Amino acid sequence: MFGDFIAVNAINFEVKKGEIFGFLGANGAGKTTAIKMLIGISHPTSGNATIAGFDIYKNTEDIKKNIGYMSQKFALYDDLTVRENITFFGGIYGLSRKRIKEKSTTLIKELGLEDVSKNLVGSLPLGWKQKIAFSVALLHDPKIVFLDEPTGGVDPITRRQFWEMIYKAAHQGTTIFVTTHYMDEAEYCDRVSIMVNGKIEALNTPKKLKSQFNVESMNDVFLNLARG
Amino acid sequence: MKRFIGFVKKEFYHIFRDKRSLFILFGMPIAQILLFGFAITNEINNVDIAILDHSKDATTKEIINKISASHYFSINQIIEKESDIEPIFKKGKVKAVLSFEKDFSKKLITQNHSNIQVITDATDPNTANTISNYVNAILQIYLKEQNKNHTSAYQIIAQTRMVYNPELKSVYMFVPGVMTMILMLVSAMMTSISITREKELGTMEILLVSPIKPFQVVIGKVFPYIFLSIINAITIILLSLFIFKMPIQGSLFLLGLESVLFIITSLALGILISTISATQQTAMMISLMGLMLPVILLSGFIFPITSMPVPMQIISNIIPAKWFIIIIKGIMLKGVGLQFIWKETLILLIMTTFFIGLSIKKYKIRLE
Repeated sequence: MFGDFIAVNAINFEVKKGEIFGFLGANGAGKTTAIKMLIGISHPTSGNATIAGFDIYKNTEDIKKNIGYMSQKFALYDDLTVRENITFFGGIYGLSRKRIKEKSTTLIKELGLEDVSKNLVGSLPLGWKQKIAFSVALLHDPKIVFLDEPTGGVDPITRRQFWEMIYKAAHQGTTIFVTTHYMDEAEYCDRVSIMVNGKIEALNTPKKLKSQFNVESMNDVFLNLARG
Repeated sequence: MKRFIGFVKKEFYHIFRDKRSLFILFGMPIAQILLFGFAITNEINNVDIAILDHSKDATTKEIINKISASHYFSINQIIEKESDIEPIFKKGKVKAVLSFEKDFSKKLITQNHSNIQVITDATDPNTANTISNYVNAILQIYLKEQNKNHTSAYQIIAQTRMVYNPELKSVYMFVPGVMTMILMLVSAMMTSISITREKELGTMEILLVSPIKPFQVVIGKVFPYIFLSIINAITIILLSLFIFKMPIQGSLFLLGLESVLFIITSLALGILISTISATQQTAMMISLMGLMLPVILLSGFIFPITSMPVPMQIISNIIPAKWFIIIIKGIMLKGVGLQFIWKETLILLIMTTFFIGLSIKKYKIRLE
């Protein structure tokens, strides 16, 4: 796929409904590549996977309707207002005009953005943008949402608020698949997998992983594994 | 369809909120056409010349009068000696010096010929050439008038008639070229930039993950530019009609259809460029170097293809702009119908199909 280099090699895992699944790994471990395969913008050379019950080869269209995605790169349109962004993304997911209107009103209210809903997204601070992007990824009520390093470059307070949003979504039954390299965030996950050189080296709840490696924090678990 | 409308609406927000691109989009055609129409011209008009008359007799007077009466030249100064020529050229205002030899009239009568030296400032070769041609032409006319009474045994007179552009206005040549250039630039460069911008910002990924189909994304991205390019084409045609009084001999409808075809060709090129470039900057560079330069240099817009070296002539065939210029020159100036330009139209159609096919293939590869 990337020449002879195998970015992701034989990974096996299952994620339960409503679970917050942390997908960890050092930079270049193959997290993003794995996510891209799961959401259908890259194709694995072999293997199979189902997402929300749909096969990633055969039912790509069904998968697209049922997943949300937020990438490393911040991905709303800076030159559109908050409301226009919501309307646009609602539109491409085929939501009805009425539904979009309801959704954007509640969303703006929940995020406390009433005053800036007519401002261009480009004028808002990064933390706010990330929260809007997350809400937009959830707009069409996906069964599973993929978050690729959603909190990169965000201050600790906003990170905390962001995780509250993640909890809330999980509580409502959405499965969360999140990559991060903040190890404190790993502690928040129901289960985590740690990827080293394209392979999953560990997969369990944070608590069990810590006792397995006999260490105090996920940070140490990670260091143990990454050093090999 | 609703998705598509939403998408196009978003594209228009992008375009109308970016004041700089908007200015380029609509200001450029107007600026270009005015620039090419007024400032850049192959014609000469009131060129300053100097006269060095060594004989000062009746014949030289008549010739000088004839020259200054034409609107091509205006006599800037009369000089008296050879050594004055160099300094006035160096000053730059005077572009040519006409030097009449001594005893001009006398020689003409006794020896049947006498000489005028035309010295031109060839730092600008085109103008120098044109000046010497015009001087020659004026002299020929003068001679013909003089010889009316006693005709010589043989005489070959070339009766030239310039059809389709009798006044040889260069704006007639530039309008088709500028229109081609603008349509190419707006359609290809703007679309390739706008598609690569989504890639650069990461929004393309989000779109590809969503249920909207890749081809809907591409069509949605190019659709606004079809519309804007048509507005540009209309602006250019109106400007040339009303400001430069350029007649459009052929069918406006056909002109419109052919323009739409060329717009689609350029859009396909724009999409192709966007599939091979990762950043907006690359897309812009490829559009400028890969599209603009050939349009200006090899399409016959400014430099005639027939006077190019053979390899260049062959290369010029693969440039869509060449064919479009032939088509619109035909329609605008000669008033021809489709029966005369079907071949060029067919070539454009084939090229367009090829580019669209290629970009669909490339686009798919990129998604793997």
